[in-house]
Order: sequence, then structure tokens, then C-alpha cells
Amino acid sequence: MMFKIASSPHNHSQKKTSAIMRTVIFACIPGALAQFYFFGAGNLIHIAMACAVALFCEAFILSLRDKPVRKHLLDYSALLTAVLLGLSLPPLAPWWITVIGTAFAITVVKQLYGGLGSNPFNPAMAGYVLLLVSFPLQMTMWLPPESIQHIDLTFFDSLSVIFTGFTTEGYSVNQLRMNIDGITMATPLDTLKTDLTLGLTTAESMTKSVFGAYGGLGWEYINLGFLLGGLYMLKTGVIKWQIPVAVLGSMAFIAIGGSIIDADQAAPPMLHLFSGATMMAAFFIATDPVSASTTDKGRLIYGCLIGLLTYIIRTWGGYPDAFAFAVLLANMCVPLIDQLTQPKVYGHPARGTKQ
Amino acid sequence: MSDIASEESNDEVLPETQTETQPEKNADIKKVIVDGLWKNNPVLVQLLGLCPLLAVTSTVTNALGLSIATLVVLVASNVTVSLIRNWVAKEIRIPVFVMVIASFVTSIELLMNAYSYGLYLSLGIFIPLIVTNCAIIGRAEAFASRNNVKMAALDGLMMGAGFTLVLVILGAVREVLGQGTLFDGADLLLGPWAANLKIVLFQSDTHFLLAILPPGAFFTMGAFIAVKNVIDNTMDEKKKQKEPAKTIERVRITKVSSEL
Repeated sequence: MMFKIASSPHNHSQKKTSAIMRTVIFACIPGALAQFYFFGAGNLIHIAMACAVALFCEAFILSLRDKPVRKHLLDYSALLTAVLLGLSLPPLAPWWITVIGTAFAITVVKQLYGGLGSNPFNPAMAGYVLLLVSFPLQMTMWLPPESIQHIDLTFFDSLSVIFTGFTTEGYSVNQLRMNIDGITMATPLDTLKTDLTLGLTTAESMTKSVFGAYGGLGWEYINLGFLLGGLYMLKTGVIKWQIPVAVLGSMAFIAIGGSIIDADQAAPPMLHLFSGATMMAAFFIATDPVSASTTDKGRLIYGCLIGLLTYIIRTWGGYPDAFAFAVLLANMCVPLIDQLTQPKVYGHPARGTKQ
Repeated sequence: MSDIASEESNDEVLPETQTETQPEKNADIKKVIVDGLWKNNPVLVQLLGLCPLLAVTSTVTNALGLSIATLVVLVASNVTVSLIRNWVAKEIRIPVFVMVIASFVTSIELLMNAYSYGLYLSLGIFIPLIVTNCAIIGRAEAFASRNNVKMAALDGLMMGAGFTLVLVILGAVREVLGQGTLFDGADLLLGPWAANLKIVLFQSDTHFLLAILPPGAFFTMGAFIAVKNVIDNTMDEKKKQKEPAKTIERVRITKVSSEL
């Protein structure tokens, strides 16, 4: 006899795991297309490589563990991890970055803990953190968006940079990242952070070319793309509203507070919401059904924690974006959150009340 | 002595307590050796002394330096504890053991400061921290305080050797993964001639930082423990296959509850 531990009510959703995972992968498409438009085909190449590595690793470990390989490969969870990791890598990162990151995410973070459903950490983000900690140089080589690049980047250029480090015309990644004046252009969040330490105010920094109308140039459309995909997932019921709303809400709340207190030194709320990985993380990463909290109240707490941690690390930490760290830290709190937010069982008095 | 042994007989599996006059049996000696190196390895089984283990095994040289220091302290403290075991009152034995260990560690620290200054600097705080290494106080308490000098010395040597072995392999794996070399900085430990020992396995512009950082030690050690368990399991299975299967002739076992 086995008691399944799940929060009540125990009603069944008729969706299969594979259908859910497929929906999430499809919902990534608008954001991925936006990324393709602004940063070239790099991310698509990374996604393709990551998918191949993920399937190989998953099949290999499953066969070691004497599990049905075909059944588990067809639940698309490994592919989803690969897609999310591929989307979050810098577009022109070298090929071995993807291979190491995906192999670690699938074998160590997912399968060593017992496979789908047993992993306490989000595999894609743990893989990302491994890469960011181990290879900080390669993992921060973000390109400026297409409209302010002064070297045209074709599909074959992206492919060539990823595998050899140089474009077909012989430009290195660092040359691609420079503007006409030979100054390397960083991501909007990075630029703002550097400028603030140089004594510029937020308003002065945001006149630079990497900033768009309300977020980072290009990044705002990528984030809109992921927002669109996220809303589609909400509509189809694949994810619940609590986590994204809590992540975005808490982040906006703190960012507005920061702007009110010191508008010259704090990034404006819209920049926080529409730069970097915000929308993708809020809708696609934080909502991972395995590593996120499972109670409604818990989801709100979990989401708020992620928003808060991201704001703290973005503002005072050493890394330009912080979602991977925030998600992993919140993952660690999930068992505690779940235990403290157990809903009242139907027919029983609420905990702590006397009969 | 007898009352210490009887009162402190905890769950640890120990060879039979011996008196000074009784000569050691070969089986006991063999058991101490196998325990130290494999079956009760301080790192892989007892999981003791993890703090220095995780912090300094980024290269073979560091791992070797620290584990040799630990080995010397372990042997010396085991011998001393075994010598004084009959005169130390039970109530104050732990402070006495710690004093003994601390004095040996201080001597080692001064020696390293004098003869291998580079290594002394690179190991830093982890040399004095040998005092707090649970493997040492653990062996003093669990073994040396209830066995004769010879066995205690052997146990210290074997536990220290087991510790050294794991640390050096751990250091080697992390050094190869992290920076593609072996014996980097061996001259700090062994003198200028050892600078030639450095082996470059592969040249890479980017170091795999995670292997050098402490998380890398956790990952590598987890993998080691897994490998050890796999080897143990397969050996157990082989043993079982050799033994003839026991035939159970009883038909049914009826358990009668006492409450009825």
C-alpha cells in the first residue's frame, strides 16, 4: 500500500505529461522567433544541439537505470529542458558550452535525482548556473541586437562562430560585439550597472543605443514574445497564474519602490520587466511543475521569492541577470514552503483551530 | 581500561579489545588494514574531515601536503593516546585527546612553515584546522583509547593512508578537470627539483572553474562514493553466488502476538 503525497483536492487533469511539455515548447516559439530576429540564428543552433545532447544523455542514463527508454523520451521533458537552456545561452557561445550544460542538466540534475518528477532543482537553470560559474567569459558574450550591429550576421556566420570562434569573414565574437568606435557593447542590464558605478545617473545611462523605448533594445520584443507564449499557456491551463503574477508583481513592486526612493541610481521598473530573461523566467522557468511549489499559496510565496531575489542580485550582485540563481535558491525553499502552506483538508477543521 | 571499553562500546565495529600481554592475531592486523583503506575509509565511509577535503583538494600537491600532515598527526596522536589511555580519567578524556592532537598539529604547522613555506601559504588556515578534523579525534576515541600501542599506530597509519589515497585521487581528478595538469606546484612540497614533475595533459585557454571551486569537490566525492558502493555491491553478489543457496525446510511460521 502506498500513500501518494499530493495536495488536495485530488481532482485529475486529463492532460498527459507529453501534451503539457509539447504545449510549453510550442509556447516558446514567439520568443524564440524574436530572439532569432534580433540576435541571429545562434540560439536556434544551440537549441538543436542541446536537443540532440539531451536525448542522447537521457536515453543513455535511462538504459543504465533499466527504465523504458522510449516511453520516457517521448514525454518531451528532456527536449523542454534543452529548449529552455538553448534559449537562455548567449547566441554565439561556443558549441561545447551547450554540450556540457545540457549533459550536466540531464544526467546530474535530472536523472541522478531519480528522473522526471524527482529532481529538486530546475535542470535547465542548474545547467545554466554550472556554465555561468565555470565559464564566465563565454557565458557573458552577449551580442548587441541586430539593428545596432555593424557587421552583418548570416546563419552561416552564426554557425561558424559557434563551432570555430570566427565568422566566415574572419571576425571574432568580440569584434561582433563592438560598435563603430571599437567599444564593446554589453547587455542593457550590464550597461546600466557599469554606468551607475561610473557615476552616471539612470536617465543618462539610458540614452545609450542598447536601450529601447522602455526596456533593452530588442530585448523588449523578445520579452513580449515570451509574454505572449506565457499568456497562451495560461489560457490552455498548462500553468497557473500564481507563479508568473507573483514573480512579475513582486519584481515590479520592489522596482517601483526603488525608483521612488532613488530614481537616479535604480533601474526603472519597465527595464526590469522587459530586459534580460524576465518574461521567459516568469512564465517558462519558474513554473516548472516539478521543482516549483505545488500549493496555491505556496506558489505565490515561491514566485515572490524569485522576484525579490532577482531584484537583489541584479541590483547588488556581481552578475548582470539573476534568474537562474533566484530560481535555484527558491527551489531549495520549496519543500519548506509546501509544508507550511498545506491547504485545509475537506471535512476537517483548519490547522490550528479548535473544534 | 576495561571500564572505558565497556562503557564506550558504541556501534562502531572494532577488533576485540586486547590487553598488553596478548599478542596481536594476524586476523586483527589484517582487519585494521582493510578497515582503514577500504571498509571503514575515513572519507568514503565515515565521511569525516570533509572541510579540509573540500577546501584544499583543488590540486594534487595541496591534497598530498594536507593528507601527509594529517597522516603524521593521526599516527602520533593514536600512539600517544594509546600510551596514556590507562591514566586518563574517563570524564576528561576528550579535552586531553584534543590537547594531544593540538600539540602535534602545532608542531606540524611549525615544521611546514620552516621547510615548505610555499605549501604552508597555499594551505593556509587548513593546517591549524587539522585539530578539528573529526577523523583524528574519532580514531583516538574509538580505537586508540582501547587498544595497545602497536595496533593504535597501525590503525593511525592505515586510516591516514586511506585518507591520503582518497584525497590525492580527488585532487588529481579535480586538477585534470579544472586546469588539465597534474602535480602543478609540486616544488612547493618537495623542493625545486619537483618543478619538473608537472604534467600538462591538455592545454586549454578556459579552465573548468567548477571543478576547482568547492562544489566540484562535492560532485567528485559523490561520484567516488557511488563507485565504491558499486564495487562493494558487485563483490557481495559474487560472494553470494559462491555460497550454496540455503534450503528452508520450514513450511510456515506462525507468529503469535503476545497481546492476545
